[in-house]
Amino acid sequence: MSTRTSDLRRWYVIGPPYLWLLFFFLIPFFIVFKLSLSDVATAIPPYTPTFSWSQGIGKFLSQLDFENYTFLFGDPLYVNSYLSSLKIAFFSTILTLVVAYPMAYGMARAPKSWQPTLMMLVILPFWTSFLIRIYAWIAILKPEGFLSLFLMKLGIISEPLQIMNTTTAVYIGIVYSYLPFMILPLYASLEKINPSLLEAAQDLGSQPWRAFWQVTFPLSLPGVFAGCLLVFIPAVGEFVIPDLLGGSDTLMIGKTLWTEFFNNRDWPLASAVAVLLLLVLIIPIVLFQRQQEMVREAGR
Amino acid sequence: MKGRFSWFNAMSILLGFAFLYIPILLLVIFSFNESKLVTVWAGWSTKWYGSLLQNQALKDAAWVTLRVAVVSASAATVLGTLAAITLVRMGRFPGRTLFSGMIFAPLVMPDVITGLSLLLIFVALGIDRGFWTIILAHITFSMCYAAVVVQARLQDFDKSVEEAAMDLGATPVGTFFQVTLPIIAPSVVSAWLLAFTLSLDDLVIASFTTGPGATTLPMKIYSQVRLGVTPEINAISTILIGIVTTGVLAAAYFTKRQTEKAERERRAAFGAAG
Repeated sequence: MSTRTSDLRRWYVIGPPYLWLLFFFLIPFFIVFKLSLSDVATAIPPYTPTFSWSQGIGKFLSQLDFENYTFLFGDPLYVNSYLSSLKIAFFSTILTLVVAYPMAYGMARAPKSWQPTLMMLVILPFWTSFLIRIYAWIAILKPEGFLSLFLMKLGIISEPLQIMNTTTAVYIGIVYSYLPFMILPLYASLEKINPSLLEAAQDLGSQPWRAFWQVTFPLSLPGVFAGCLLVFIPAVGEFVIPDLLGGSDTLMIGKTLWTEFFNNRDWPLASAVAVLLLLVLIIPIVLFQRQQEMVREAGR
Repeated sequence: MKGRFSWFNAMSILLGFAFLYIPILLLVIFSFNESKLVTVWAGWSTKWYGSLLQNQALKDAAWVTLRVAVVSASAATVLGTLAAITLVRMGRFPGRTLFSGMIFAPLVMPDVITGLSLLLIFVALGIDRGFWTIILAHITFSMCYAAVVVQARLQDFDKSVEEAAMDLGATPVGTFFQVTLPIIAPSVVSAWLLAFTLSLDDLVIASFTTGPGATTLPMKIYSQVRLGVTPEINAISTILIGIVTTGVLAAAYFTKRQTEKAERERRAAFGAAG
C-alpha cells in the first residue's frame, strides 16, 4: 500500500492511533513530571500550584521545585523500596527463566500435532485474570492452606508453613503470573531451530548436554532476552502481588506509589516516585522496543 | 524432531502444566464447597453461586465491567488494526520510531505508572472521572496489544495479493475491505478478545482512573480479597474463568477452521491451475 497511497491519505491510517497515543500515552508523562515538582495541598485537585493564565507562566514555574526528589532520596524507605523491587524483579526473572525453559524446550520438541494444543494450554492462564490467579495462591500458601495441609498429611512437616505474607510468596506469585510471558518467546525461538543442526553436532561426536549448551542455547538467546524483559520490566512496578501475597516487610515501589496516592493522597510525591521508576525502567524498555522491531524486520 | 515425547520433555511439560493449572483447579473446585472454609471440603453445593445472585453491588459492578470491556475492546481493535497497518505497510514516515515506541512501551509499562499518568491527564483536562475515563484508559493500553496481534498476521500474508487487487483497479480502501480484512479477520477477532479480557481483568489502571459511581468487578473483588478468602470470590472467579476459557477456545476453533479453509482453497486453486 505504501507505494501507491498518496502521502496525505497515508495519514488517515497513521493519524488516529498516533494522535491517540501521543495524547494519552506520551503527554501524560510530562504532566506526571510537572506534578512531581509541585507541592501537596488540601484542595481539589490535591496539589499546588495549579496553572492559570491570569497568574502567568513565570509565577507558575517559580513555584515548582525538586523538593519531592530530595525527600525521596533522603528517606531510606523509598531508596530501599527501589532497591528491593529491582532485586525481587531480577531474581524472580531468573527463577521464571529456569522454570520456563524446560517447558518451552519440551513443547518445541513435542510431536508437531501436539504443539497447537500445548500452546493453547500456556496461553489460557495468561488470559485468565491476574487478580484471580494471585487470589488462588492465597488459599494455597496461607498457614491453614492447601500446601501446609498436604505436606502435613504426608508427614513431611509437622507445623504449618509460614509462606503467606513473606517475600517468598511474592517470588512464587511473580513466577506463576509471568510464566506464560517467558514461555511464549522462548518457545518461538526454540521452535525455529533446525533439528539437523543438533544432529550434525551429535554426529560430530558432541554429547547431548554439550550440544545443548553450544548449539541450542545460543540460538534461543533472542527468546531468552525477550522473555526476561517481558517479565522484569512489569515485575519491578508490580502492585497486586506484593500487596496480596507479600508481608509488611516486603518493600516494592509499585506498592509504595499506590500507598502514597490512595492512602496518603500525596499526588506530587506519587508522581515523583513514578518518574524515578520510569527512569530506572527506560533502558530496559528501549531494549525491548529494539528487540521487537528486530523480530518484526526478521519476519518480513 | 522425533515424533514422540522423550522422558525428560514429557516430565517438564507435565510438571509445568501442573504448576500452572493446580491453583486454578483448586479455586474452581472449592467454589462448589458446602463449607464457608475455603480449604476444607464439606460436600458439593452451588449455594455460593446463589448468594452471588443476591448481591446487587456485585451485579452492578459486573454490568459496568462488561460495558467498559465491550466499548473499549471495539475501539481498541479499530485503532490497533490501524496501528498494525502503520507498522507493517507504511514504510518510513516522520516519527516512526516514536510511534513504534508508543506501541511497545505500554505492553511492559507497570500499571501503576500508566494509571497515574492517565488520571493526571484527565484531571488536567477537567474531564469528570468515572465510566468513560476507564474506557479511555483501557483503549489506550489494549490498542497496543491489539496492534501486536494483528501485525503478526499482516506480516505473514503475501503482499502481492493486495498489489494485484490495486493493479486491477481497486481503491486502497476497497482493497482493505475486500482483500486485506478477510485475510486478517481471525487475528482481528483474537485482538478484540484479548482487548476484551484485558479490560475485564484490569484492577490497577481502573482504580486510578475511576470516579464516584463506577466500580468495576476487579475493584470489587480486590476489596473483598483484602478482607479474606471467601467461597463467594471463588464462585465469581469461576464464572470469569469460564467466560474467558470459552471465549479463547472459541477463538482458537474459529482460527483453525479459517486456516483450514484457506488451505483447501489454496490447494483447489493450484489444482485448477495445474
